[in-house]
Amino acid sequence: MHAVRGVSLEILPGEFVAIMGSSGSGKSTLMNLIGALDRPSGGNYLLDGIDVSTLDRDALADVRNEKIGFVFQGFNLLSRTSALENVEMPMLYNRQRIAAHEQLERATHALELVGLSQRADHHPNQLSGGQQQRVAIARALVNQPSLLLADEPTGNLDSQTSIEIMGVFQKLNDQGITIVMVTHELDVARYTKRMVILRDGKIVSDEAVGNRLIAENELRNLRQAQQAVQLA
Amino acid sequence: MRIFASLKIAGRALRRNKMRSLLTMLGIIIGVGAVIGSVSLTSGATKQVEDQVSSLGESVITVFSGNFTSGAMRGGWGSAPTLTVADAQAIAGLQNVVAVSPEVRDREQVLANGLNWNTQVMGESPDYPQIRNWPIARGVMFSDQDVRSLAKSAVIGQTVADQLFPNENPVGQTIRIRNLPFLVVGVLAPKGFNLFGQDQDDTVVVPYTSHMHRITTRTFVNDVLVQAANDKVIDSVQNDITDLVLVRHRSKEQDFTVRNQLELMQAVTATSRAMSFLLAGVAAVSLVVGGIGIMNIMLVSVTERTREIGIRMAVGARAADILVQFLIEAVTLSAIGGCIGIGGGVGFSKIVAYIKDMPTVTPMGWIAIAFISSAIIGIISGFYPAWKASKLDPIDALHYE
Repeated sequence: MHAVRGVSLEILPGEFVAIMGSSGSGKSTLMNLIGALDRPSGGNYLLDGIDVSTLDRDALADVRNEKIGFVFQGFNLLSRTSALENVEMPMLYNRQRIAAHEQLERATHALELVGLSQRADHHPNQLSGGQQQRVAIARALVNQPSLLLADEPTGNLDSQTSIEIMGVFQKLNDQGITIVMVTHELDVARYTKRMVILRDGKIVSDEAVGNRLIAENELRNLRQAQQAVQLA
Repeated sequence: MRIFASLKIAGRALRRNKMRSLLTMLGIIIGVGAVIGSVSLTSGATKQVEDQVSSLGESVITVFSGNFTSGAMRGGWGSAPTLTVADAQAIAGLQNVVAVSPEVRDREQVLANGLNWNTQVMGESPDYPQIRNWPIARGVMFSDQDVRSLAKSAVIGQTVADQLFPNENPVGQTIRIRNLPFLVVGVLAPKGFNLFGQDQDDTVVVPYTSHMHRITTRTFVNDVLVQAANDKVIDSVQNDITDLVLVRHRSKEQDFTVRNQLELMQAVTATSRAMSFLLAGVAAVSLVVGGIGIMNIMLVSVTERTREIGIRMAVGARAADILVQFLIEAVTLSAIGGCIGIGGGVGFSKIVAYIKDMPTVTPMGWIAIAFISSAIIGIISGFYPAWKASKLDPIDALHYE
């Protein structure tokens, strides 16, 4: 039984791709492969010129550490650990050791990128869902990966916070960071630049997003609508 | 992965469940504490005994009259009078013999100052303080001239001094033994109790000639104290004495017994060595029990933190990183437990020492052994859980609820 079959996909640097599909479509398997958490039983996967399909466990771990930043649906932050330490965590596992002061610098910078430098010493339980997801994004960015891989990043968030998080992704993508996002929500996918739809382990559609949503505009519209409700 | 960062992670994980960590350590704490406590107490007792043995004198050989078996008669040391002063003088001529004192003993009622006291009166040579390693606190020892002239000179122990001369200097005073006046020329330094619980200071020492001819009328001595030059030659000196006295007595059977301080010391240390083995056994059992407790909790911890392991693997932790992290956590647990146990054991022995007025000695070697073995227990009992954690599949671990 193959969850994904005959998938041929090329993602170029600077792209912002949504992988869509209902449950059972194989998108989780595809994401595990792209994220170097798993190896394909057949075929090849080239990430930044490295053939990941031939690597052993340790080499896969190194690839994840250096080339990939994960953002999960459930945030997956370490509890009782400050935002800053959560962001520093991937640097513990760098093969080339990073000096403590440089770790601090890089983690602080990553938190600035997601607009959360004021909350560096807060623990996850002191942060809102949106803030926790920003910490997770900062953690994903801290090792300057080739690819940011997000798995249902807005699944646990309300619609306004979802738009804010998509805004963070759009801003990062504008700075040249490649993002692949797995989602089943069309609303969220419309913030990306390219949409790949899977069904039964096969790509059924792969096209650029027409009339792309811009998070900034959507947020403005949302606030105006809320004000209108309050006035009424 | 940096050791310091691992220690920090371990510390945080252990603080998260303070009560559980403490209970887990309890096995190691109790095991190590019990061992250190009892080692401190037995080493203290052993040292006390060793001090007492060495207080009998260094490199001392004692030649007793009689033998365990003499013909069909079975007696003991000193059971038959066979040794003479001439034997002692002959022994003094042997190689590597530095001092000799023929010894005669008797209990007498001693009078002085309107007081009286029943004590042991010993006849000795002037070498006695040197052989017994027993300095004169006040005054002097009687001389060889005193021995030759059967002088009525005496050196008294501290207990006798306290009993007969409660508030004055005994030196220069007169004591009466069997109505004979003896001049007190010196007071021996306090020595305390011997191995058998006798007060060694409850004694009066006079020249052996005076004892044998004035106080009693004897031709034989109870025993002869001999000091060898050092512990290395003690065996050869002992053999020489045996050969010499055998020839002098012209007897087929050995009618005397030769013993040395080293033999006594070895008997004592053999007991304490047996005790140490017993303690080591107790320690091993309790440490194994403690180790099982740690393994149990580490397995629980790995299951609880499956998701954390998944996250760490997702961001690039290798299997070895996870293994080291959990190993360090287990070792931290057991090493802290070991330290608390060492502290508790030392504290316990000090309290017992204070209450029971016993000396305690905590050998540094045992502290090192206790610490190292608790750390090793941590490694052994932490290895399986850590290995299990490191073998988790990152995808499964990430989706573990």
